[in-house]
Amino acid sequence: MDAGALLQLMVLGVALAVTVPLLGRWLAAVYDTGQPAPLDRLFLPVEQRLYRWCGIDPDREQRWDAYARSVLMFGLVGIVGLYGLLRLQGHLPLNPTGRSGVGPLVSFNAAVSFVTNTNWQAYAGESTLSHLSQMAGLTVQNFVSAAVGMAVGAAVIRGFARSGSATIGNFWIDTVRSVTRVLLPLSIVLALFLVSQGVIQNLHGLQPVTGIDGTTQVVPGGPVASQIAIKQLGTNGGGFFNANAAHPFENPGPLSNLVQVWAILALPLAFPLAFGRLVGDRRQGRVLLAVMVGLWLTSVLVATYAETGGNSRAPAGVTQAPTTELAGGGWMEGTETRFGAAGCGLWAATTTATSSGSINCQHDSMTAVGGGTAMVNILLGELSPGGVGVGLMGLVVYAVLAVFVAGLMVGRTPEYLGKKIQATEVKLAMLYLLAAPAAILALAAASVVAGPGQAGIANPGPHGLSEVLYAFGSGAGNNGSAFGGLAAGSDWYGITVGLAMLIGRFLLIVPALGLAGSLAAKAKVPVTAGTFPTHTPLFAGLVAGVVLIVAGLTFFPALALGPMLEALQS
Amino acid sequence: MKPMLTGHADPLDATSEPDTHRAGPAGDGAPGATSGDHPGRPRRSLLDRAVAGPAAADAGRKLNPRTMARNPVMFVVEVGAAGTTFLWLRDLASATAQENIFAGAVTAWLWFTVLFANFAEAMAEGRGKAQAAALRRTRTETVARVRRPGGAIDEVASTALAVGDECVVEAGELIPGDGEVVQGIASVDESAITGESAPVIRESGGDRSAVTGGTRVLSDRIVLRITARAGESFLDRMIALVEGADRQKTPNEIALSILLAGLTIVFLLAVVALQPFAIYSGDPQTIVVLTALLVCLIPTTIGGLLSAIGIAGMDRLVQRNVLATSGRAVEAAGDCSTLLLDKTGTITFGNRRATRMVPAHGVDEADLARAAWLASLADETPEGRSIVDLAADMVADPGQVGPAGVFVPFTAATRMSGVDLADGRQVRKGAADAVQAWATEAGLGFPDEVVTVVGRVADGGGTPLVVADTARVLGVIQLDDVVKPGMRERFDQLRALGIRTVMVTGDNPRTARAIGAEAGVDDVLAEATPEDKLALIRSEQAGGNLVAMTGDGTNDAPALSQADVGVAMNTGTQAAKEAANMIDLDSDPTKLIEIVAIGKQLLVTRGALTTFSIANDVAKYFAIIPAMFVARHPELDRLNIMHLASPRSAILSAVVFNALVIVALIPLALRGVRVRAATAAEVLRHNLLVYGAGGLVAPFVGIKAIDLVINALGVLR
Amino acid sequence: MIRQLRPALVALALLTLATGIVYPLGMTAVAQLAMPGRADGSIVTVDGRPAGSALLAQPFDGPTWFHPRPSAAGSPGAAYDAAASGGSNLGPTNPELLATIAERAGAYRRDNGLADGTEVPIDAVTASGSGLDPDISPANARLQAPRVAAGRGLPLDPVLAAIDAATRGRTAGVLGQPRVNVVELNAGLAALGA
Repeated sequence: MDAGALLQLMVLGVALAVTVPLLGRWLAAVYDTGQPAPLDRLFLPVEQRLYRWCGIDPDREQRWDAYARSVLMFGLVGIVGLYGLLRLQGHLPLNPTGRSGVGPLVSFNAAVSFVTNTNWQAYAGESTLSHLSQMAGLTVQNFVSAAVGMAVGAAVIRGFARSGSATIGNFWIDTVRSVTRVLLPLSIVLALFLVSQGVIQNLHGLQPVTGIDGTTQVVPGGPVASQIAIKQLGTNGGGFFNANAAHPFENPGPLSNLVQVWAILALPLAFPLAFGRLVGDRRQGRVLLAVMVGLWLTSVLVATYAETGGNSRAPAGVTQAPTTELAGGGWMEGTETRFGAAGCGLWAATTTATSSGSINCQHDSMTAVGGGTAMVNILLGELSPGGVGVGLMGLVVYAVLAVFVAGLMVGRTPEYLGKKIQATEVKLAMLYLLAAPAAILALAAASVVAGPGQAGIANPGPHGLSEVLYAFGSGAGNNGSAFGGLAAGSDWYGITVGLAMLIGRFLLIVPALGLAGSLAAKAKVPVTAGTFPTHTPLFAGLVAGVVLIVAGLTFFPALALGPMLEALQS
Repeated sequence: MKPMLTGHADPLDATSEPDTHRAGPAGDGAPGATSGDHPGRPRRSLLDRAVAGPAAADAGRKLNPRTMARNPVMFVVEVGAAGTTFLWLRDLASATAQENIFAGAVTAWLWFTVLFANFAEAMAEGRGKAQAAALRRTRTETVARVRRPGGAIDEVASTALAVGDECVVEAGELIPGDGEVVQGIASVDESAITGESAPVIRESGGDRSAVTGGTRVLSDRIVLRITARAGESFLDRMIALVEGADRQKTPNEIALSILLAGLTIVFLLAVVALQPFAIYSGDPQTIVVLTALLVCLIPTTIGGLLSAIGIAGMDRLVQRNVLATSGRAVEAAGDCSTLLLDKTGTITFGNRRATRMVPAHGVDEADLARAAWLASLADETPEGRSIVDLAADMVADPGQVGPAGVFVPFTAATRMSGVDLADGRQVRKGAADAVQAWATEAGLGFPDEVVTVVGRVADGGGTPLVVADTARVLGVIQLDDVVKPGMRERFDQLRALGIRTVMVTGDNPRTARAIGAEAGVDDVLAEATPEDKLALIRSEQAGGNLVAMTGDGTNDAPALSQADVGVAMNTGTQAAKEAANMIDLDSDPTKLIEIVAIGKQLLVTRGALTTFSIANDVAKYFAIIPAMFVARHPELDRLNIMHLASPRSAILSAVVFNALVIVALIPLALRGVRVRAATAAEVLRHNLLVYGAGGLVAPFVGIKAIDLVINALGVLR
Repeated sequence: MIRQLRPALVALALLTLATGIVYPLGMTAVAQLAMPGRADGSIVTVDGRPAGSALLAQPFDGPTWFHPRPSAAGSPGAAYDAAASGGSNLGPTNPELLATIAERAGAYRRDNGLADGTEVPIDAVTASGSGLDPDISPANARLQAPRVAAGRGLPLDPVLAAIDAATRGRTAGVLGQPRVNVVELNAGLAALGA
């Protein structure tokens, strides 16, 4: 790993250290019910009208089950709407490239994918979608699926912040506010910055040009910057183009690259700080933040080390040695020159540690250790820091579990933030923890033995197993990045990955909301010397350990036959 | 007649068996120490042969799948063992010798795993069963003499007694059933229940009216009204309790069971999904190997010991002569964050003692002492005697009352006592305001400095008594509560565990605060009425605290039932005992502290073994996964970091370790993990290191050692 | 559940209007007004005519051009297809990929007249992530310079100068990698003539 890689990481670290606390404060203000929220003067009148049209009383809060029903209904309407839009795009305006309707299977997969904040793409963006689909379909879901995740995150926070409360907030208000107060303002700023770096923003179709050497070439067009901004801020990750952030029009240079990495991390990392503020103990938020950063940073260092170290299997006579002036070195298959192997490692670890899933290098072609790191990140369950809102949700569930197991060892019924962790909470936490691994393992196992599943695997040997495992991990983790070799558009994977995405989204959100509801109703136990301390570095280590051990124990056998075997072979 | 503080071991070290009680500082010289060996209660070592034998038999009996299904983790092991047994037998003829030895050995050890877990449970139950058998012997049928309303006496079998029947019991007879004394007073031998050989007094009315069936009247004659039907008596309940017959899972145990079931499902998935991955990798596995992997991964250590831990926790209470009506109460004890302790008898010795005399201005101290002596000679209360003792210490010749002297006893109306001497001199001692009234009536002044001294004594936590005679007000006697030694240390330990102690007393707030400060409690409830107590419990609970308290009187009953842990003294009334969820047979109110420690220990033990069990899995993966696939993918031997000799011995070693670790931890499960008086943060750090890090490392060592043994035996290659 | 239908429909419709129509069109308007060149794809001009985007590689081939990195975009016969971006998705241990790399290294040495065993920079023989990577490493450019100079009948120096002109260091000395933009480099060459 060269000094450049570390310096780049430090610049990112400084940028995050400055902005994340501010965003945490901002989020806390947005979700603190009963207090005026920022930008009220600008948005409140518009929102009030929206609530009226929706037929909802903004002063009424929901119980957890009503909240969950709202999430499910909004998801269902989103899926049906997006499916319809994709199927009908050929008959709709803003279609300069003349794309016809998308097939039913891919439409289903894409609709599920974007509504679940996964943004797994079983199609190539530039050759499949009209501008209207990109804007009114994907960009919208980039906003609202992120907003739903943030709303759920806020509801989970309220579960801990409140005591003796039957309700956990109002889903519609939380969702609308997440869009108007957080995502939209940030996206506007980020989109304009990205244009200044060379990301395109127009309504052209494919423009044929005669190239410098006389050959014909096309220059694609589209409202790219506006979509890229929200896809990163909302940890969506679905690219305008097939190559995603490896495409020069999405990510033209090192600065746009770093700013996008920042954008992926900023909100998920701000959530634990908002959590700390809203539960009234900022140390609690910092501990969770430390867990997130610790896991993320470790994976960044491992992936960067692996990628810059090169591929030991590369043929003789090809140099991967970095010469600072002339070449970055490292393993460059699937990696762009302007980012280099270090940029690939940083992005790959970040995009998989968050549930972004956008890529700036092809994960399938990464070194065994680098690609394995990306996969491990995904299999940890998207909580380091995970998706906006839902990442915190996942980590809190793990914290509850850690408190329950280790908390017994201090001789009291375990309590987290003054809330007793009892049978109901453990049941819901276990449901949460079981859903995704069950989907990943069952579907991956079926895929490697079933004919249509095997047929979709591109690379032979353990790497093929990695592709499958990665696909379902990515789907159930709502990540969306891929070991691209897999035939994602095939009937088999279109349906099974779609299933994994639905499970990974809604079968996690519902028990998490149940947990929040159960906790919100409980009284707070006062803190005493006998209280299990959850604001200490020890607790941060404990939570990280539980995350690693639970995920490790669940996936070790599969990983051993996939990336581990591959790494040992190379 | 509350017993004095008994000699206790470190109250927070619930691991120490009661028979190892050393005389604590508080026990030195304290009369009536009740602890120590109970004659009716033979002490048992942890792995008593008399218990272990039947337990081994029970372990086999518990293999019944219907029994096993109550424990999902061990049920999975049993199903797995049955499956491998079938496969082993089916392939016996067709497989190679090595394959047969391997499958046979794995199968055998899977069965051992189940048996060991059953054995642990049976061991825990066995201790209670032995106890129950002893109790049952005392529940012999007796003949009761029932006094009918007309006065006629019927002889009725004790099993046929109805609630409300009035029985006459005379010296030497067994009390036929639980009841309340309605007439008479008697000394009763309750050793059958309490193990305490000293007889206790039972009398009608008041707080000492409850008698228990199966105990024996030693002297006098009482009439009692039966309060419990045959079969529902205290003794019956106690037998059921120690036997664990109606044992139900406690809330925390249920939560933990859910966690363990969830983990079992996770591992079931991981192992079932592994086969397709193995097939894809060209290396399908046998069912025996997959079963071995599954059993090693699911949390069998804690799963196998969980119920034993719970039973043993209840048993530890029984060993300390505390009966809990439910395991729930034991768990709640560990959670208690507020203890309500009665001042008298718990924090202080039962009685106030005279510690000082302050003469009024111009009065000789010796005169005051003599007057106090005279006024208290006939006072048989402990306070009165302590005044006599103190006066005798102060002056050599306290004087004589003389035959013509008339003692004036204390009455609630006068609130004074004293003596009228033959020479006409009257001496009185009593509450300051009462004596002041008396003195004023007699035309005496009440000196200001006496008022000052009275105030000062009260401020200092003492009780001032003023002494006066016909001529003048002589001075003040200071009575002090004497805090039992060692209380402050105990409260400090409790504070370290995050437990607040509240002293409850009928004293005025000033006195209460002073004694509270001396004893080191966190708070006091002064001038407490039963209603105040109840209100305090409610407000503590509203603040999220769990409250524990002791009580013995009927007026304690509402508070006892409101408290999360209410411990009734066995000497207490039937109402108190019914309202409480624990009964202390020793009637030792300080035992509350031990009860809390036992509750904590129960939770700590569960947490420690759960952590240990889960941490163990890491090593097992490193033993089994490379072994499974190394034949086809030799690169995976790099994961064989323990350098286990062969794939088969690696897998078998993990299975054997998994089974043996249950046996190795049975003593810990039965005895409980040591609970230290330290903050939660310190305890957590310590236990995480021992059971978390230890759980990670131990199996690496253990599996390697077993692998070496297996290969030394040379049967399996 | 059905009670949630109305708010779901209305909220989705209104949020679609705001984030799917107003926001992207508004951004387009602002971008087109403020930064038309960049918003339209950083088009390079050669002889006054638009000749592609400076950000997208073109399939430069033959002895007179600097070659970009191999591309897996589009179909095998028509790489560098900006309408079908993407990488090879071949795993690092995939024998097919390793053979392709060895083959490309041989071809690279042959094309550029390098001795057998000359170390070829990794970027010259591996496909980029987008298939449209406009950049190559400076080492790669320098190895190609003699061939281009010969092919164009130019002395080496102006060609090397053109490389330097198209070279970008790390952003702020820290971010990314030093690189040579092949599109700008070749555009510069085209301007040099010959």
